[in-house]
Amino acid sequence: MTHLTTDVLVVGAGGAGMYAAVAAAREGRSVLLLDKGLVGRGGATIMAQMTVAAAIGHEEPDDWTLHLEDTLEAGRGICDEPLSRMLCARAPERILEMERWGTRWAREGGHIKQVTAPGHRRRRCCYVDFLSTGPAVAATLRHQVATAGRVRRVSNVAAIEVCVADGRVRGAIALDLSTGSLVTIAARAVVLAAGGLTKIFRRNSASTNMGGEAYWLALQAGAELVDMEFVQFFPIAHLAPRLVGMDPIMWDPFRYKLGGRLLNGRFEEFIHRYGGEDEGRYTAPRDLASYAILKEVEAGRGSPHGGVYLDFRHLPEATLRAAFGPVIDRLLANGIDLTRMPVEVAPTAHYHMGGIAVDERLETRVAGLFAAGEAVGGPGGANRLSGNAISEALVFGERAGTFAAEAAGGADPGWSPTYVDRARAELADLRAREGRGRAPGVVQAELQDVMWEHAGPFRTRDGLERALARVHALGHELPDLTMAAGDVFNLDVQEWYELRAMLASAEAVVVSALQRTESRGAHQRLDAPQMSPAHEKNQRVSLTGGAMTSRWASVVHESLSARGARLHGPPSKPV
Amino acid sequence: MSAELRVWRGSGGEGRFARYEVPFEEGMSVLDALRWIRTHVDSSLAIRYSCVNANACHTCMALVDGRVEYTCTARLTPAGVTVGPLPKRPVIRDLVTDTMPAEEKLGG
Repeated sequence: MTHLTTDVLVVGAGGAGMYAAVAAAREGRSVLLLDKGLVGRGGATIMAQMTVAAAIGHEEPDDWTLHLEDTLEAGRGICDEPLSRMLCARAPERILEMERWGTRWAREGGHIKQVTAPGHRRRRCCYVDFLSTGPAVAATLRHQVATAGRVRRVSNVAAIEVCVADGRVRGAIALDLSTGSLVTIAARAVVLAAGGLTKIFRRNSASTNMGGEAYWLALQAGAELVDMEFVQFFPIAHLAPRLVGMDPIMWDPFRYKLGGRLLNGRFEEFIHRYGGEDEGRYTAPRDLASYAILKEVEAGRGSPHGGVYLDFRHLPEATLRAAFGPVIDRLLANGIDLTRMPVEVAPTAHYHMGGIAVDERLETRVAGLFAAGEAVGGPGGANRLSGNAISEALVFGERAGTFAAEAAGGADPGWSPTYVDRARAELADLRAREGRGRAPGVVQAELQDVMWEHAGPFRTRDGLERALARVHALGHELPDLTMAAGDVFNLDVQEWYELRAMLASAEAVVVSALQRTESRGAHQRLDAPQMSPAHEKNQRVSLTGGAMTSRWASVVHESLSARGARLHGPPSKPV
Repeated sequence: MSAELRVWRGSGGEGRFARYEVPFEEGMSVLDALRWIRTHVDSSLAIRYSCVNANACHTCMALVDGRVEYTCTARLTPAGVTVGPLPKRPVIRDLVTDTMPAEEKLGG
């Protein structure tokens, strides 16, 4: 069995993981950067076609405290304020550092161009043309990781267990997909940067990495999750006609730049009926827009494929081409001519506000275990602002890597070869069974259906209880699932571990959604449609003796001195 | 309507093309079809992909009717398609070839 030793282990090599690796290496630590797929090619960052919010004030006067106020307002009262504060205060330096590292943010007249997005009172969203923000950020960070000197990158290796002894992280167990064998990793600190859980829903904009693996790893290590009921359903994901080669979220930048009209199946504007305003200007927040679209569909006023129309026909082709150049040709190759036809759009699971509960050092309650990026819970509260996700990846990646490096400076906690015993027995057991149950990927598909039907954008107690029962039933199948023969690149084995993480994540979502008997932000209960002040709290979920339990916790507000400085002093230095 | 896929199965230089019938929908990609096969017919088929649909990860390349293409953007037609592993790359299993940079390998 391969055994590796490192100061800092980073699980997941998307934007947050790569930044964490660079930051830890900068502090002089050795870093092992693992990815289930290929390093720097998977995760969510690389798929992001849109913008990164940061109050650099290039487009118009701005201040990170205004960005913070917008973020807290969108979060509906339950943001983890110290994390929101860290995000907004540090996003500007990350954006500028990325530019020094070679990211070509769109520029105009000598400054970085910034556009608006729903919920932002200033034009503060940076981007790379055309629809290339995520790939450009990923390419920059791949280069930084490759030249950092102390980062060992390993692809096609998935972490399946974090090892903890005496309340302290000792390392992890991973599956090497290329050989089918386990790998043991001794580490003084571990950063979980393996993204969110949107793959547990049938309609999603996720890469194959987003099955909640970071959440499972945190839970089994003894850490807590927070706000797991808050899944962001992106309102206007592409639905029809079939579009290949583009992220279904792609209409967002079109709306930033060009407006576009959102119309129901009868070609009527409708957002205003739900308390929002849109009028072609794209100002309705995501939770409200998703709600409005699904309500129109439910009332029989949807488009043919079960969504609504997004219409750019009022714009001349020259305007479309000036804004999106080659993308217009990619659309034409898909048979989509925006000057002649509207497209159909509908909500899709896009991002997870909930995640691993961490303190202001991005550390969990398990010493030496950190989280970064979308895997972190709390900064967006009940509804993340558009543009804040890549900012999170960069800011929390840098912070987690730096703090993990610090934590890795103490005495070596030590590694015992017995840490792998449980995982080794489990894998041997799995491989010894044959032919009794379904393949893990088939069960994943059923779980996605269950979660979309009963724990998706609209929830009720009945539906959630049904979902919980199905999640438990599918969990009981885990020991009996069938896996294909062969050790090399056996996706069934990888998908078994994914499924285990997906089921745990699904259960955390459903258990939390059942307890929150109100509607707030992205969590909409049809049987409790009002926001209730009594629920202005966070929920924390943990595994106790194999059972998932949730408890209520007070919202972590900013310290009074920080708030005072923010409200009364000059723009303060980032924390 | 259905379409036929001929897909290379095997590793270490040994192998053959296997035939699969896949329900055809206008506009679907070759990757859609390969993923359908894994979920509905044979989960032992090895393929490499991450972003599923967005042509962002660039890891799903294969030989599609003799041309190197991203399977997420190659369109399936009712006439069917032949999918093989990338040429000039060692085959790990089925359509998965060794595209990892040497320094990202565990054994290295």
